[in-house]
Amino acid sequence: MKKILYYVNQFFGQVGGEEKADIAPTFVKESIGPALGFAQAVKGQAEVCGTMICGDNFFNEHQEEALEFLKKIVTEEKPDLVVAGPAFNAGRYGMACAGVVDFCLKHEIPVLTGMYKENPGVDQIAGKALIVETANSAAGMRKALPVLSKLALKMLSGEEIGKPQDEGYLPRGKRETVIVPERGSLRAVEMLIKRLNGEAFETELPMPVFDNVSPAEAIKDLSKACIALVTSGGIVPLGNPRHLQSASAQMWTKEDVSSLKQLTGSYMTVHGGYDPVYANAMPDRVAPLDILREFEEEGYIGHVYPYFYATTGTGTSVANARRFGQEIGAELKEAGVDGVLLTST
Amino acid sequence: MKLTFRDILIKDIQMGETMEVRDHILFIDRKALREHLLKDERITDVKVDIARPGEKTRIIPVKDVIEPRFKEEGGGNGFPGVTQKSVPLGNGIVRRLRNTTVVTVGDLVGFQEGVIDMWGKGADYTPFSKTLNLVIDISVKKDLNPHEHEETVRLAGLKAAELIGLAAKNADVDECHEMEIGSIREEAEKYPDLPRIAYIEMLISQGLLHDGYIYGVKSSQILPTLLHPFEELDNAVISGNCVAACDKITTYQHQNNSAILDLLAQHGKTINFVGVIVTPELTTLDGKFKTCDFTAKLAKHLGCDGVIISEEGYGNPDSDLVMICSRCEKAGIKSVLITDECSGWDGMSQPLTDTAAEAQAVISTGNVSYVLELQPADKVIGNIEAVKTLAGGWDGCLEADGSMKVELNAVIGACSEIGYHNVSVALY
Repeated sequence: MKKILYYVNQFFGQVGGEEKADIAPTFVKESIGPALGFAQAVKGQAEVCGTMICGDNFFNEHQEEALEFLKKIVTEEKPDLVVAGPAFNAGRYGMACAGVVDFCLKHEIPVLTGMYKENPGVDQIAGKALIVETANSAAGMRKALPVLSKLALKMLSGEEIGKPQDEGYLPRGKRETVIVPERGSLRAVEMLIKRLNGEAFETELPMPVFDNVSPAEAIKDLSKACIALVTSGGIVPLGNPRHLQSASAQMWTKEDVSSLKQLTGSYMTVHGGYDPVYANAMPDRVAPLDILREFEEEGYIGHVYPYFYATTGTGTSVANARRFGQEIGAELKEAGVDGVLLTST
Repeated sequence: MKLTFRDILIKDIQMGETMEVRDHILFIDRKALREHLLKDERITDVKVDIARPGEKTRIIPVKDVIEPRFKEEGGGNGFPGVTQKSVPLGNGIVRRLRNTTVVTVGDLVGFQEGVIDMWGKGADYTPFSKTLNLVIDISVKKDLNPHEHEETVRLAGLKAAELIGLAAKNADVDECHEMEIGSIREEAEKYPDLPRIAYIEMLISQGLLHDGYIYGVKSSQILPTLLHPFEELDNAVISGNCVAACDKITTYQHQNNSAILDLLAQHGKTINFVGVIVTPELTTLDGKFKTCDFTAKLAKHLGCDGVIISEEGYGNPDSDLVMICSRCEKAGIKSVLITDECSGWDGMSQPLTDTAAEAQAVISTGNVSYVLELQPADKVIGNIEAVKTLAGGWDGCLEADGSMKVELNAVIGACSEIGYHNVSVALY
């Protein structure tokens, strides 16, 4: 039978309240507190192999030690799933559960927890694990346990996990492509009629929230500055030797252009979002190495950084773009580059 | 305006001696078709093939899809302003060869051409796996530049559809659909209490390989303009663009624009459908302000209570989409947006590149980066190697046995932002 390890804090572990929040972790083979109700709910299909109890303060202040203890337990017990909480709206308990979740993700042990949506622990593991949505206090335990146990059994059996609202977990932010019965235009007309009638409707795409990037300080003396050329315009050496994608880029490229006066003649575009004819005729239109070289000669800028970076912007996810930016940015900073000419298309 | 569709329901396409319909079978005179297209001296060869629903056939790289029709009454057979002289459209009788399309393939011009699988998982993601497709593989002279090449294959598709459409002329009609919508004033008098709705259709307008055309006029050269809903259904708008295959509006989808049809179905019942505003997606900021302001002004001037706004493509047009939305909402016009999203292979990325607080009602037609695993086909029409370079494919996505991985990006009509298909996104 599949084995589940249960994690609770000092309060739900029936050790004591706030005054016991400093207790070091212990492990008992029995099901304690919520683990008991949980064990009954999964009875016959899975078993709780024991309960780890740890004070909330201890976990948060001595996390390494607490996780070392957890590591020892999972090595000995080899659970198929770890369940932590539910922590409701208890902040430190939530952070401890999140710590357990992170540990399990790192060690590839399936893990499940439960929290109130505003628990700070949610932010720490948002998008990474299943978090059953609970009420904000322990009064919600009776409702939470059946949801937790049902999801736990599904995870153990490998059964497909349904939608957040059907299964009772907090959305992980995953945009899952699905085939639906009605075509998009019909759904649009129905949504519009609901709006006009003042009826409730649910958008299929909540607007994203954007980051703001504060600009770096101005370059004080351009004539001494090292300037790098970076583009999202898909400009690559002829033949695209590194196989940069024409849309939805998964990578960026880095080319030594220190011996080139211009890109025209040895570069091309693979970008799938604009008419490539003019960029192929003169790739410097997209990434103006030619002009940078003129500036270099005139002494208007110090010098051009020897490497040229490129990716394809069209259809590239913001998550990938952010990663590319961090990776390229780190290299440029490391190399002491003062400024970047970043061109888009 | 009064427009009647006389539909001939086609159950199969076969090669034959003459172009005609007999017993619901469309016979194609291959020789006549080839000769007709080879009149364009830029074309060196034309291959004709048939792909039927359920067959293990893969068509790649697809440039456009067109419905063959014949204009029986009202003037303007073919594509006025493009293949024929310009006449006003939207009135009269159109005979349609239903369930059939002309699909054009040939050497890749841009990166934005696509795949149609007639069976299996791939078939679920394209509306054109359910139609009988007459596939025309066009080879052109080697010395054509990309723009000439593109124009040549676009025109060949339209001309082929026009020629095949003649087969509808004397065919028995199975279904008849009559539609009538008068002037804005007449309809307002008829339905004084119904909310007035416009459909705002955004068209890619990024230059030579990326424009939609209205009566043959490049969309990048217009200010937003008003069409009667029947005009687009009567061949006034064609695809000339190379935006990603998944969300390009093919000519077939203009001829059968689902947003227009679904709004028409409600006209006189729950809404008063006042018209279609076609608006270009310009690439300059100044252009975006100009067209978005103008579009919202037209909607306001028409006295609209609500609008549906559909995008074409993604990336910078996301800005036009939410800018039009904001302007309409601020003018008191309720909006519903239709768009697809770029949420990454894992679906964990934010879906749009621009945002507006007013965009509260949005239909999602799928994540363009969603990866499909497609089985090998028994038959490939076109050139499967194209998948490595087109948008949504990549070097290494094609296996030696012919199976391949592609993003929805590469699948024709998968994420249609006029809402033509039934793909969506759910939050998990």
